Amino acid sequence: MTTTTEATRLAGAVGVAHTRVEGLDKVTGAARYAAEHHFTELAHGWMVLSTVARGRITAIDSAPVEAMPGVLAVLHHENAPHLAEASGFFGPDPTVQVLQNDRVPHVGWPVALVVAETPEQAREAAESLVVHYEQEPHDTVFRAGHPDTYTPGDDEDDSVEISKGDMEAELAASAVVVDEWYTTPEEHHNAMEPHGAIARWEDGRLEVIDTTQGAFATAQDLAALLSLDPSSVRVVSEHVGGGFGSKGLVRPHSVLAAMAATVVHRPVRVVMTRRQVFSLVGHRPATAQRMRLGAHADGRLRALDHQASSYTSRVMEYVESSAAISRVLYGADAHHTVNRVVPLDVPTPRWMRAPGEAPGSFAVESAMDELAERCGVDPVALRIRNEPAVGPVSGLPFSSRSTVACFEEGARRFGWAERDPRPAVRREGRWLLGTGVAAATYTAGVVPSTASVTAEAGGDFTVRITAADIGTGARTALVQIAADALEVPVDRIRMRIADSDFGQAMLAGGSTGTRSWAHAIVAAVAELRAVLVPGMEIPADGITVRGNSLDAVRGLAKLERHSFGAQFAEAAVDIATGEVRVRRMLGMFAAGRVVNPLTARSQLVGGMVWGLSMALHEEAHRDAASGGLVGGDLAGYHIAANADVPLIEADWVDEVDPHDPTGIKGLGEIGIVGAAAAVANAVWHATGVRHRQLPIRPDRVLAAAAERG
Amino acid sequence: MALATSSTITLHVNGERRTLPVDHRTTLLDALRDHLELTGSKKGCDHGQCGACTVLIDGRRAVSCLQFAVAAEGREVTTIEGVADGDTLHPVQQAFIDLDGYQCGYCTPGQICSAIAVIEEHAAGWPSAATEDVRPEAGAPPLDADEIRERMSGNLCRCGAYVSIVQAVARAAEAAQGESAQDKSAQGGDLAGAEAGTAVTA
Repeated sequence: MTTTTEATRLAGAVGVAHTRVEGLDKVTGAARYAAEHHFTELAHGWMVLSTVARGRITAIDSAPVEAMPGVLAVLHHENAPHLAEASGFFGPDPTVQVLQNDRVPHVGWPVALVVAETPEQAREAAESLVVHYEQEPHDTVFRAGHPDTYTPGDDEDDSVEISKGDMEAELAASAVVVDEWYTTPEEHHNAMEPHGAIARWEDGRLEVIDTTQGAFATAQDLAALLSLDPSSVRVVSEHVGGGFGSKGLVRPHSVLAAMAATVVHRPVRVVMTRRQVFSLVGHRPATAQRMRLGAHADGRLRALDHQASSYTSRVMEYVESSAAISRVLYGADAHHTVNRVVPLDVPTPRWMRAPGEAPGSFAVESAMDELAERCGVDPVALRIRNEPAVGPVSGLPFSSRSTVACFEEGARRFGWAERDPRPAVRREGRWLLGTGVAAATYTAGVVPSTASVTAEAGGDFTVRITAADIGTGARTALVQIAADALEVPVDRIRMRIADSDFGQAMLAGGSTGTRSWAHAIVAAVAELRAVLVPGMEIPADGITVRGNSLDAVRGLAKLERHSFGAQFAEAAVDIATGEVRVRRMLGMFAAGRVVNPLTARSQLVGGMVWGLSMALHEEAHRDAASGGLVGGDLAGYHIAANADVPLIEADWVDEVDPHDPTGIKGLGEIGIVGAAAAVANAVWHATGVRHRQLPIRPDRVLAAAAERG
Repeated sequence: MALATSSTITLHVNGERRTLPVDHRTTLLDALRDHLELTGSKKGCDHGQCGACTVLIDGRRAVSCLQFAVAAEGREVTTIEGVADGDTLHPVQQAFIDLDGYQCGYCTPGQICSAIAVIEEHAAGWPSAATEDVRPEAGAPPLDADEIRERMSGNLCRCGAYVSIVQAVARAAEAAQGESAQDKSAQGGDLAGAEAGTAVTA
């Protein structure tokens, strides 16, 4: 038993580079991910997915499969446990209402789960299961102007379509007009760890080890679906092998594992195959975006019209808000933004890294480059010239906005001043070279969360919070934040995360995690300070207090709160093969207080790699006849490999945001925003040909060059 | 007569002999993960497309998801759990920590096993698709960034940690070269300065 002492004020831990606290576990293989825990009597579930795009199940020949070696159960819509049509943590989620009826809404919908003693037995049995369907005509082809396109939302929802000024009059009066369509394809997250969960009943509680970005929300949703008391479900996700949005919500594998554990009275593991991941965890829908920009001769915008459309599924409505970014980046006398959708017989798209901003930035930042070209204004100068003083649509002040600093410092480091603005003039052997630039922004959000802090008898402090470290470095960053809040060295902090029993906290997503969790930890530390008196004895089991950031978050002023950045890229285009190689990228960002420069840089660079990959490689091919993906795996869907990625540098300008006590803005998403546009703009500068359709494949480069003659 | 569908086999893993019954369909990866509780080798695709399951078999890198466990009998298998020397990390492991050559950590064991083999393959004079002069008499090319990128491209990383992975492999390779007393000058290229290397240990 020890006594507390007056803490000595130390130099802050926040802002200093720290290697990851779980680094040793990750490089030695000791870190265990969801599917890697062992239990006696562990049974194995294997999903059977629909092979038709629309229709109903007429029969499932389960008897022969039930007789196969090791098979314990075949769950399907006629025998599976009932799921409540529960309202999910983020609203109703019909995508997890699996095995509840005979409807088939898309290729890859779960129609059965085979449970067996071993994974080999489960897999063979699942592949042997014959399912009969009554097929109906399907439509899986997205295109601009699809007749079923509609504008979602209702009269009370003003986020879908926002309009001000007289668009047609401003366009007519503009000296320069850009009116072009930009398209992006269906894209998939492909976190390296496929979705997997182990569910088991223990002492009357459902215990689930899951790979999730939000253990608390997942536990709440499982309890609601299975009509259980929320306190009788626990979800943990200590290590998560990447998420990018695909693990943001409860997914079918966890629901099926819980169902099966209930039926077979044993621990059950359900892991998706890579191909199954392609249809069950969400993806980014294809988009078609019309951009209309009208400007004065010097490039100042008079009109900005961003009309985005994408698809959703027939299971639930998801809207990719591609046009939203234009409400933050630029002002114009006439300003119109809308996000429309068309429902198709496809898997439900969901959040994927920088949902909305990633495809939206490709459209608006490509269009701005075209405007710069037509006005004869430098692309960096054009953006600085159009820098708004307040929120372009809201009229609210910015909490902080350092876009100009990002462009100026980025341009200096990238050597932008030496750039010849003319396209297709730099050549090196068979390579045409060019450079491009684009703006980046992402919302800085915060959600009320809870945390507990325990003053331990030995002098350490234990922090418990249902945060998740999906590779972001959150665990390490929270140690630094807690150390500073408690005014102790980092080695006196024990950080426990990713356990729903720790209480409500925001999930790791939308660049809100670290800021939301920091608020909760600060609140808990304040509670602890109110309890602890210098010199008091700490009992053997410590003193634990809980904190809730609800009041602090509600007390924040309503402002435009965003991170900003400037993306620079140099591309080389092979005139013989059409191959595009990115030679270097630089991202300068302004993201408020940076907690851990080491992991922050990794996250930003990682986002930029996503942007490169989006620009040049990623594209899922959906076959119109079958409605399914062609090559839905890591061979058919190429993500950037090591040889695709040059030296990419990310850095940030110092930015103090006085309007948030933590000063944190979040930086998980912003690295991808604008990156694909910067690459596409560099390809234009290299070749003189504008690519408005992603990815910029070699065949498209060659076809465009041939067309141009 | 029905053929047997399982066997009891002995695997040599990380210097130990492990005897286990396996279904003949069990891959080496599943035998390691599910039977021997060596879960450091990861399953990212199960199709040999991502490299997360990379292990060393008789000192050479291989994707363990594309081998049956029964076919690995008599081979020396080294997994991520076996690359350190007791409590002393392999230089590649240490470099991954120091230079943040990872994020979520799921591809990391495969990256590290691959990197260990890359350094040895390079030292043995093996060329790659990035090698300018592949004549045997030309000798080993400098292990510069492009060589590392090419040789490490069988290991996907969706977090996009490639830049620091390349720096980590370069640092470990330089350490290995220093050990072999081949005091060559720095490899140059864009590896110099390893700008992420300002790390301190938490």
